[in-house]
Amino acid sequence: MPIEVNGKSLEVDEEGYLADLNQWEPEVATIMAREDGTELNENHWEVINFLREYYEEYQIAPAVRVLTKAIGKKLGKDKGNSKYLYELFPYGPAKQACKYAGLPKPTGCV
Amino acid sequence: MAEPWEDDEVDGPVRKFMYVNRRAPYGTIYALESLEVVLIAAAFEQDVSLVFMDDGVYQIKKEQNTDAIGVKNFSPTYRALEGYDVEKLYVEKESLESRGLTTDDLIVPVQVVENDQLAELMEEQEVILSF
Amino acid sequence: MPMLHTVNKSPFERRTLDTALRHAVKGAAILLIEDGVYAAFDGTVVADKVKAALSDHKIYVLGPDVSARGMSEHHVIDGINVVDYGGFVDLVTEYDKVQSWL
Repeated sequence: MPIEVNGKSLEVDEEGYLADLNQWEPEVATIMAREDGTELNENHWEVINFLREYYEEYQIAPAVRVLTKAIGKKLGKDKGNSKYLYELFPYGPAKQACKYAGLPKPTGCV
Repeated sequence: MAEPWEDDEVDGPVRKFMYVNRRAPYGTIYALESLEVVLIAAAFEQDVSLVFMDDGVYQIKKEQNTDAIGVKNFSPTYRALEGYDVEKLYVEKESLESRGLTTDDLIVPVQVVENDQLAELMEEQEVILSF
Repeated sequence: MPMLHTVNKSPFERRTLDTALRHAVKGAAILLIEDGVYAAFDGTVVADKVKAALSDHKIYVLGPDVSARGMSEHHVIDGINVVDYGGFVDLVTEYDKVQSWL
C-alpha cells in the first residue's frame, strides 16, 4: 500500500520500505514513525540523517554493527551502543531507521 | 573487555574467507553479487579478504560514472568495506600492469601482490569463493 | 558500405575481438560496447593489436560504457572515435548490416 505524504502517493515495498529513495522528504519519516506509534525527536533525526549521509557516500545501508560503530565515532560513545539505538528504534536500529530514512533494507542484518 | 559499542558480537567460529573477483563490473552481475556476499559475511564478523585479479581490478577503478548507462554505480561501496573491518584487499600485480593501471587509479587502498604470494594466501584460507 | 561489427566482451577474458577482427573485411568498422570498451584504452597489453587494426578498420567506442568503467576520452587510443547512443544509431544506419559478436 502506498503512503500518502504531502498530497503525494509514494510507492513502498511489502515491508514498507520506500521504492524510490529520491522521493524521500523528512515528512516521510514522520509519517512512517507515526504509523509505528512513534513521534520522532532530535535523537531519532540524528540517526536518520546519519544514515542518509552514509548512503549518499557509500550507496548501501550499513549493517547494524557498522552503524553502531560509526555513530559512536561521530556522535559519541554514549550514542554508539546498541542499547541506546534499540531504545530509539525498538524494531531494530538499522532496519527501522533505514526505513524512515527512505533507504533499502540493509543487507543481512537486524 | 569489549567496549560498550561492540556489544553486537556474533558468537561462533571465525573462519578465513577469501573472495576472488575476476570480472569487470557492469558487463555481468558477478562483481555486484560478490560485493553483496562479502558484506553479509563481514556483517557476521568473519575473517574476510578480497582479491582483485584479471578484469576484477576494473571493479575498483576510480571515477566510475554510470549515469548514462542507467545502472547503479556500486563502486563507492568498496570504500565502506573498511567500516566492516574488511581491510585485506589484494590486487594481483600482473593484472594491474597488463591493463595499464596503477594503484593511483584505484578507489581503495590495496596491497599489490605477485602471483606466488597470492597462491600462498589462497592456501591459508578455509573458504575461497570465486566470482 | 561493408559491415559494422560490434564487440561486447573484454579482450582480456574472451577471444571475441580477435574473432571479429579475423572476420572483418578491409573497410568494415568495429564498435566496442559494454565490456568490449576495455580494448579501446591505451597502455594495455592488447593496445598494439588494436592500433594495428586501425589501418584496416574504423574503430568506434561507446562513450557511456567508457565513463561507467571509470575511463575517459584521454585513455582512448588515438584514432578510435568515441560515440554516444545517437552515434551508435547513426553507425547502424550507415553500414549495410551489423554483426553482433557476443
